[in-house]
This record gives sequence, structure tokens and C-alpha cells, in this order.
Amino acid sequence: MNYSWDWGLLFRSPHIDWLIEGFRNTVVMAVLAWFIAMSLGSLIGVMRTLDNPVAKRVGTIYVEIFRNIPLLAQLFLWYYVIPELLPAAAQKFVKRDMADPQFWTSVVGLGCYTAARVAEQVRSGIQSIPRGQRAAALAMGFSTAQVYRYVLLPIGFRTVIPSLTNDFLGVFKNSSLALTLGVMELTAAARQIEEYTFHSFEPFAAATVLYSCVTLLVITLMRVIERRTRIAGSVGSGR
Amino acid sequence: MLKRALLAAAICAIAAPAHAQSGGALEKIVQSKTFSIAYREESVPFSFIDSSGKPQGYAIDICLKIADAIKEEYKLDKLDIKYVPVTPQTRIPLIANGTAQVECSSTTITTGRMKQVEFLAPTFITGTKLLVRKGSGITKIEDLQGKTLLALGGTTNEKAAEAEIAKRKLDVKLVKVKDHPQALLNLEQGRADAYTSNDVVLYGIRSMAKDPSQYEVVGPFYSYDPFSIMIPKNDTDFRALGLRTMSRLIESGEMRKLYAKWFEPGPTNINLPISPDLENAFKLFAFPD
Repeated sequence: MNYSWDWGLLFRSPHIDWLIEGFRNTVVMAVLAWFIAMSLGSLIGVMRTLDNPVAKRVGTIYVEIFRNIPLLAQLFLWYYVIPELLPAAAQKFVKRDMADPQFWTSVVGLGCYTAARVAEQVRSGIQSIPRGQRAAALAMGFSTAQVYRYVLLPIGFRTVIPSLTNDFLGVFKNSSLALTLGVMELTAAARQIEEYTFHSFEPFAAATVLYSCVTLLVITLMRVIERRTRIAGSVGSGR
Repeated sequence: MLKRALLAAAICAIAAPAHAQSGGALEKIVQSKTFSIAYREESVPFSFIDSSGKPQGYAIDICLKIADAIKEEYKLDKLDIKYVPVTPQTRIPLIANGTAQVECSSTTITTGRMKQVEFLAPTFITGTKLLVRKGSGITKIEDLQGKTLLALGGTTNEKAAEAEIAKRKLDVKLVKVKDHPQALLNLEQGRADAYTSNDVVLYGIRSMAKDPSQYEVVGPFYSYDPFSIMIPKNDTDFRALGLRTMSRLIESGEMRKLYAKWFEPGPTNINLPISPDLENAFKLFAFPD
């Protein structure tokens, strides 16, 4: 292979600025999407465990739709198809007047996709709790909301922290798909450096290192949360 | 005994990559009897896939002539053609790492790209312009003040547009797309006001629009883009064969016929008569044997 290596180009302006901007966009996008995913996903997950058949059905439909369509297709649907269905004024806002439509569309798309995955984790967390606990709480005179707030969710969330870590990491890695809509995130920045310098290996190596750093940080963070929230004598505390 | 075997293995391991490096593209082609052509899926009419999914186009035809020349020169009983799809982002690494031996599409010769690859003779000469909706009032890049411009990442046009915007201190939002159809979709949905690419490519994209009469190509040329066929770097034998083949094509008038086949008016109705610049370029690159 005829290739002339030049690691210095990564630190030259404007390449370094692109990498920083891309890294920032990736992190901001992933964190915002994770925020949507956790809130919406917890809600949907809880809905799937309720006794109400309508809520159950709505939750199931949401999960099946969002987890069975490839993320790339979902992003394109959010970006190119959904706006076409809106009334003219809203269409104009979404397409042109809104600041940075590509970025926000990606955040919403990524958030809704990850929410389906979070919902499944939350549901399995709640369902892993012995049925007797719910029954006991109800017998104590708790309302359904109180049963979830004080009994099921505190245990359920703790149980699924390790598997939620996966989805949290996934949201960072999946955010690279936003480049297909034109968002300048980390992978797009690496590509742009490649396009300008015709060096492809150095910028992608840099992107790989940055992705690894951020995911390692997330793993550490989740471990800390796991340890801090552990209840003696319950699931996962045997260490 | 074991020691000797290990030593032999180590020597082989060290020697193998060195050997692979010394063998140029031609050696690889002749040994495998396969010629890998990198093509683009949507660069009409240079390099694109027809409705059956087969790569074709003006640049592909030229590369097939190179394949014929290799077959003849090395007296091969057969030479399989392998098509490798590329995008503006992948074309350079895929040629540099040897996945394909020639890239046949609408790639501009630039000295920057020559740090990683080399080029044969020019196949077409064009420049950067803008595709806009008719009646939008946009005729040049200054009219894009406060508006949205689309560009294909990794193209010389993107860089030319960015340089023009910076030079004139304009406030233009530059959005990157991944291919021509996506740019057209963005324009048709009203998400952007203009798309910048090469003049000839823009006419090709316009012909793909739902209603081509709604769009027009405007602006002076913002760059000079001579297209060529991209080949691996530091491969003198292969380059000589490529240039020789192209010289012969020009000499025999076959190049002119290929041009007529694809552009006058061509299967995609692009209808672009040959420019004096390109005719001169052909003359310059018709080296004697």
C-alpha cells in the first residue's frame, strides 16, 4: 500500500477545530437523545406492565415499531417524510426556520429509537420483581402510582442498570448515523478531514480513540451509579 | 529443527509484504485475470448504474478500453471485470489500498489528490456552478446570502463553494449531502435553495428531477475541473499503459465517438456538444507511440 502517514495533520487548524466541534456535537446529541430515551422509554416500559389493556397495547405497538425499523430508515423518515405530512406553516418551520433542523431531527430520531430499547429494559426490570411485592403494596393501600414510585421502579431500575449501560453506549455509537442527514458529528468531522487532506487513516483513528474514551467514561459512570445505588441484600449486590 | 522452521516462517512473514508491495497493479491484474473498476452509482453520464443495476457510462467505457489493452498486451485468454462501487469519500482510499485498480467516474484532477493517487489524461473539462429552482432569483453565489446551499462532501465543488463564501464573507448555510439524489430530494422538498456541483453533473441531476423544467443551472464557473481516471500512485508501468491506451483512443478518433455516444445527445438526453477546451486537451494528450 502506498500511503504517506502524517499524524501531525490532526493537530493543525482547521482540522483540530473540526474534530472538537464534531466531538462536541456527538456528545451533546447523544446526551439529549439519551434524555428523551430515558424519559419516554421509562414511560412506555411502565405502560407495558400496567393492567390497563389500552396502555399495554400502546406500549407494545411503540416498542415493535421503533425497534423493528432500522435506525437509518427511521432518521430518513423523520427528516424527509414526517415534515411532508405537516400543515404548510409547520412544514416551513421544521424545514427552514428551525435552527439546525438536521441536528434536532437526529436527536428526536435517535431518542425515540433508543426509547424502545430502554422501554424493554424497564419492562423486564419490573417484571423480574416477584409478583407478591406488587400484591403486598396494593394490600397496604398504595395506589398504582405509589406502587410504581415506591416499590417497583426503585428495584426495577437498579436491576437493569448494567443492561442500560449498553443502550447508553449505543446512543453514542448510533449518533454517527446523523451524518447522513448532514450533521457535523465526530464521524462526519473525520470524513471531512479525509476529504480535505486525502488522509483517511489518521482522522478515523482519532475518531476511534475519541469514541472509545467517551464510551469508557460512560461505562465507568454507570459502574459508579450501580455501586452507589446498590441496596444490601438485593440483586447484584453480592460482591 | 523447530528453530529452523520458526526462522523460515519469520523470514517469510517479513518478506511477504515486501514482495506484495513491489508487484504493481499490472502484475496483480495479470495474475488474477481480474480488472477491478471503481464506479459511482449516480454520476450521470460518466459512471452510473442502469435500471438493471449494471455500471455504465462514458468513463466506464474508457476503462473497458484499458481492460482490452491489458488483455491484448499480456495475451490473456480472459480478463474478468469486477465492479467496485465507490462514493466521493471512499474512492481515494479504495484506489490507494488496491481494492480497485482504476476509478472511472467524474473525479477532478487535483494536486492535493496526487499525494495519494495518480491520474491519466483528462476525460472531460468542466467547473462548479449552481442548480436552483426557476424563478428563485438566484443567479450567482452572492444571491445565496442567508440561504441554504447543498454540497456533496468530498468534492472539489464543495471546497470551491466554501472558498467563494469565505472570500465574499457571505452568510450561507452549507449542508452536506451524501449523493446527488439526496441533494435533489432536499431541493424538491424546499429544504435548500441551491446545490453546487459541476456544470455537467448538474445538468445530469436536473434530468432526474420530477419536473426538470422547474430547475436551472446558473452562475459563472467557480472552479476549473478537469476530470480524469484515477489510478494507484507510483505505478509507472500501469500509468504508461493507461496513457498509451488513451493516446491511441484519441488518435483513432474512438474517444470522440465515445464522447458523442454519451453526450451528443446521449442516452440520458444531456445534449452537451464537445467544448473547445476538451478538444484541445485531447490533442495535448495524444502522445505518439
